[in-house]
Amino acid sequence: VFTEEDKYSLYSSLLFKYFLAEGVVCGHDLFVASAKEHPDNILKELPAPLLDDGHRNELGEEATAVKSEDFQDSMKIAWRYQNLPKMEASPTTTTKFGHYYDVSKKMPPELLQSIKWQSFYLPEELCSQPKKKLCSMNSAYARLLESIQRIIYQQGFDGSDPQKKQKNILRIGIQSLGSMLWGDDICSSDAPEDIHSLTKFLYVLRGLLRKSLSACIITVPAHLIQNKAIMERVTNLSDTVVGLESFIGSERETNPLYKDYHGLVHVHQIPRLNSLICDVSDTKDLAFRLKRKLFTIERLHLPPDLSDTVSRTSKQDLAESAKLLSSGCGAMAMGKKHLDF
Amino acid sequence: QGKFTLLRDTRTDGSFLVHHFLSFYLRAGCKVCFVALFQSFSHYSVVAQKLGVSLTAAKERGQLVFLEGLKSCLDLCFGEEEEQSREPSALQFLSGSSSDLKALFDFVQASLSPAGSDTWKGPVLLVDDLSVLLSLGATPVAVLDFIHYCRVTVCSQLKGNIVVLVHSHQDSGDKENELVGNCLWHQSDLILWAEGLATGFCRDVHGQIRIIKRVSLELRGEQDHIQIYQYKIQDKNVSFFAPGLSAAVL
Repeated sequence: VFTEEDKYSLYSSLLFKYFLAEGVVCGHDLFVASAKEHPDNILKELPAPLLDDGHRNELGEEATAVKSEDFQDSMKIAWRYQNLPKMEASPTTTTKFGHYYDVSKKMPPELLQSIKWQSFYLPEELCSQPKKKLCSMNSAYARLLESIQRIIYQQGFDGSDPQKKQKNILRIGIQSLGSMLWGDDICSSDAPEDIHSLTKFLYVLRGLLRKSLSACIITVPAHLIQNKAIMERVTNLSDTVVGLESFIGSERETNPLYKDYHGLVHVHQIPRLNSLICDVSDTKDLAFRLKRKLFTIERLHLPPDLSDTVSRTSKQDLAESAKLLSSGCGAMAMGKKHLDF
Repeated sequence: QGKFTLLRDTRTDGSFLVHHFLSFYLRAGCKVCFVALFQSFSHYSVVAQKLGVSLTAAKERGQLVFLEGLKSCLDLCFGEEEEQSREPSALQFLSGSSSDLKALFDFVQASLSPAGSDTWKGPVLLVDDLSVLLSLGATPVAVLDFIHYCRVTVCSQLKGNIVVLVHSHQDSGDKENELVGNCLWHQSDLILWAEGLATGFCRDVHGQIRIIKRVSLELRGEQDHIQIYQYKIQDKNVSFFAPGLSAAVL
């Protein structure tokens, strides 16, 4: 899984922590790598999982409120949408997938201690010598790969040693790959010294992931990478690519269209594994928001243009935004669709 | 016989074409050398099973020679020194010792050269995909040389076919990739170009495919024949239909 970081990497680090937190709750093993923040600190900051009952009730109340309202009236203006199936307001009625987290609380240390985790903090690792010149790539990447390969092999995630049969999954999280802290200059110049280091790294990592029971999330400061070719190649080499565009500091922050949200989620690519088809969702317009307790990803819907006094400029914005949104069958959301981890 | 087919995708994933050609040639009884750089063997195997072909069985009877790029790369990076000196890897260029793809070509040539007991119809080289080689540090010239050598051996000498997949992007920033794609375009006898719809994502029509028969290469004064279909990918096959006539619309 490959996440393009938002400009100030606030939200991408949140997604990163969610991925790791889900691993803790499911009892998976973790491997956390970073060049800027010590993994111990990252792990201390994971959000606490929500207990089932309390949260269900919250969502349940909202759901019943919405349902009773629109049950009565058949649609008058937007009658063409009458025949569309009703969107489910909350996912609790369907099969449960993943867990929910409370962002305002930290994960209890006892939960962390119940799993095995490894860390890779680049400043500490630089002291030791790399064992091999791996495919002539950047030495920080080479060390990281060696470390991952060692864990996979020693803990038996690749099934190579029948004595160490592992049924568990290794969740790998790598933060801010490609940034200057990893010794790569693709973020600082448009004619970098070695444009192949990152892509070679990803290819070898792909090989390691494919032959072992592991999953990996990588965040990359894509907005800093000048060379478009690199981003295209990185996208091609990844299974899933998600871009987070936060509204902080951009003109969209004050745009009334987006007032409910903190940013947009762009799903650039989804995995097509072991099958001819892939699981494409109905809509591609997703936005996220960070409430006090909850980080949610929702279907983006335009607020109704009701007011007579709407000025020309905002009407233009609406039109432009409508062009930006890809044609998702014009689905006006009748509810929200939460994506959880 | 002796044809070079280029598979190209833009704004979408053209790998369904690779799966098609793989099962097509295996069912036809050809000897296939599959340079699979992009996915693991089990991925191709599972999809081939849905299309009615068993890759494991094909490998066992010697009909399929499978180069699993991901695995070879790992062996090269993390393998034992002694093993590597005994049997040089097909992906030798990764270790930086040579900048050309000769080792890869040697592998292809060795796989498809007729052995005495072979009863297979024509050899076929299938590559998925060429853009990965560029990502791994091969220069466009090295990639084009490799293809050239393969054409001479497989198409001209052995009268076999080659099918190659190249990704491309609209307004691509990847000049090297576009260069390779365009050069191969001019050399191809048949081009299948899968594109995502210009209007964006649609659930019932996954994309559009252009089938271009390069009749102009035969110097008879004819233009290339171009056919356009739209398609929808399903679990076990792909359905094609004329543009605008998707089942969802009719």
